[in-house]
Amino acid sequence: MTHLPFIAAAYTLGVGVPGLLAVLSWRRLNLAKRRLAAIDPRMSR
Amino acid sequence: MVHQLVSRWTYNAWNSCYLRVVDATALPSRPSRSLHRFANPGRFLRLARVVQPWLTWPALLVLAVGLVWGLFLSPADWQQGDSVRIMYIHVPAAWLASAGYVSLAVASLMSLVWRHPLADLAAGEIGPVGASFTGVCLATGSLWGKPMWGTWWVWDARLTSVLVLFFLYLGHIALMRAFDDPVRGSRAAAILALVGVVNLPIIKFSVDWWNTLHQGNSITLTGAPGMHVDMLWPLLICTVGFTLGFAALVLARTRAAVMERRIRGLLMAQAERA
Repeated sequence: MTHLPFIAAAYTLGVGVPGLLAVLSWRRLNLAKRRLAAIDPRMSR
Repeated sequence: MVHQLVSRWTYNAWNSCYLRVVDATALPSRPSRSLHRFANPGRFLRLARVVQPWLTWPALLVLAVGLVWGLFLSPADWQQGDSVRIMYIHVPAAWLASAGYVSLAVASLMSLVWRHPLADLAAGEIGPVGASFTGVCLATGSLWGKPMWGTWWVWDARLTSVLVLFFLYLGHIALMRAFDDPVRGSRAAAILALVGVVNLPIIKFSVDWWNTLHQGNSITLTGAPGMHVDMLWPLLICTVGFTLGFAALVLARTRAAVMERRIRGLLMAQAERA
């Protein structure tokens, strides 16, 4: 495969950046759910 | 005909926050009235919880198919060799940089005109995701440009206008957080987002208006695509996958933002009672 380092870097960025965003969003959402469930009993129903 | 919206801020115990209640009889038309049905955070959270998996899992599946197809199964270009495979990341990122900005502008318009409470939150969450995809577009463009053009960067009209788009996203993110009063921050950022829309046609037509190093459009709505079908299919699949992923990310972040606002409202109510 020609230009392999460039292709590998592009795919690392293309998968890594959205993947990192997804992990951070998932953690933020779960933290918000837990905190809300702790102070708002309606959320745990 | 100019309509005057009659509204008031009221404390909503169910959502544990202040909500802007709009007098339905004063609303101008059915479309804007239906938009306000989703202003209720509880209703939004219930709907978003159902929609989220229908965006997330198809996004992962479609992306996996598209990326494997693009990286291993699609043919190399007769001139560019294998570096053409960068296209399967670069083009969807470029599409989402512009489409994300359109969604940011629509959310900003809804926030400014109808004061839709969820539009503010959605705009605040579209900004960082759009900026990330614009960054990926610029970076992968550089990685494609170095082996093909012999340089990482040129001050070409297409590249420069996308860089301006990146700065518009960063400006929007900064303005949202620049004010102590989040409503003022949202309004200032919304105005910036709407002014920045002028950059979108410049990006689109830059390759036609100026003599640029960046190639012209390979896919148009009116003409036949300028690439072989073996490359077109993985490109379309990757574009659909990244678009679903973008929507899933924005939805998850907006859900978190709604919950965080509710938490703040509850804590403020508890503090007032204490």
